[in-house]
Amino acid sequence: MDYNKIEILIEKYFQGETSIAEEKELRSYFSSLNVAPHLEQYKAMFGYFSQAKLDQYTKEFPRQKITKKAMWISVAASTVILLGMFAFYMNNVQKLEVKNELGSYDSPQEAFEQTQKALALLSQNVNIGIESVQYVQEYENAKNKVFKNNN
Amino acid sequence: MNQSEFLSTIKPFKDKLFRLAKRLLVSNEEAEDATQDVLVKLWNKNDALKEYGSIEAYAMTITKNHCLDVLKSKRVSNLKIVHNNYTEPGAELHKRIEDQDSLHWVEKWINDLPEQQKLIIQMRDIEEYEFEKIAEVLDMNETAVRVALSRARKAIREKMINTHNYGLQ
Repeated sequence: MDYNKIEILIEKYFQGETSIAEEKELRSYFSSLNVAPHLEQYKAMFGYFSQAKLDQYTKEFPRQKITKKAMWISVAASTVILLGMFAFYMNNVQKLEVKNELGSYDSPQEAFEQTQKALALLSQNVNIGIESVQYVQEYENAKNKVFKNNN
Repeated sequence: MNQSEFLSTIKPFKDKLFRLAKRLLVSNEEAEDATQDVLVKLWNKNDALKEYGSIEAYAMTITKNHCLDVLKSKRVSNLKIVHNNYTEPGAELHKRIEDQDSLHWVEKWINDLPEQQKLIIQMRDIEEYEFEKIAEVLDMNETAVRVALSRARKAIREKMINTHNYGLQ
């Protein structure tokens, strides 16, 4: 390329009057192999400009930035879970209290009657149990008849 | 605007934001953090973004302001790490080292410029923005941008010629 033209462009360049296209021309001239010796000094400058443009931002855009909508949904979900746990807990506590009330009597007389009732129920059931044990005695008798000779 | 729309909106210029941040903050890590902060700011604006004529110019403005704030805070004042991850395959080793060295010098000279000139050099000579856009980002008029740009380029040239002539700084 004609270096007179380049000299004129350089003069314009340092006055801040070159256009983008003219500056591109300068950059490509100085990146070529046949730069006129007296212009060699500018090579580093334009070389640096071309190279500085290659630097890249390689970091990922932060992914944890969740949308506002998703944030509200998670707030709602955690509120529901908390309320659910609270309701469940309250329910259980109430049931426990009701059970405790059933097990106790305030007057001794009433407590005595209830205890007697409970014991009567128990002995009744024990008698039923004994009735069936009497069948077992019958088996024992029959066995003795069969195996009499062995004794 | 959902996340994937947002990502495709910022894709064409996120590297530019990063390079602008790096120009001002010098360190790679600082620039990455700043870029991330700016992207989160943009994301939070979300639908309001569509009202801006050029999202890119708006993002550049936010980045510029954010980095200037960071510089103002004491945190960065002690941190000056210069990264030079240059790769130039092909050239001979000594030539390559020499080239790297001279490119490294250019970077250093730009870093020595006042912040406004750094921003203008970054946007004009590296990102190839039109004056109109630079004026919008920096909230200046175009003539002032041209004057500052010319001053910055001449300052770099002066240092460059000294180094070229004497071979040392």
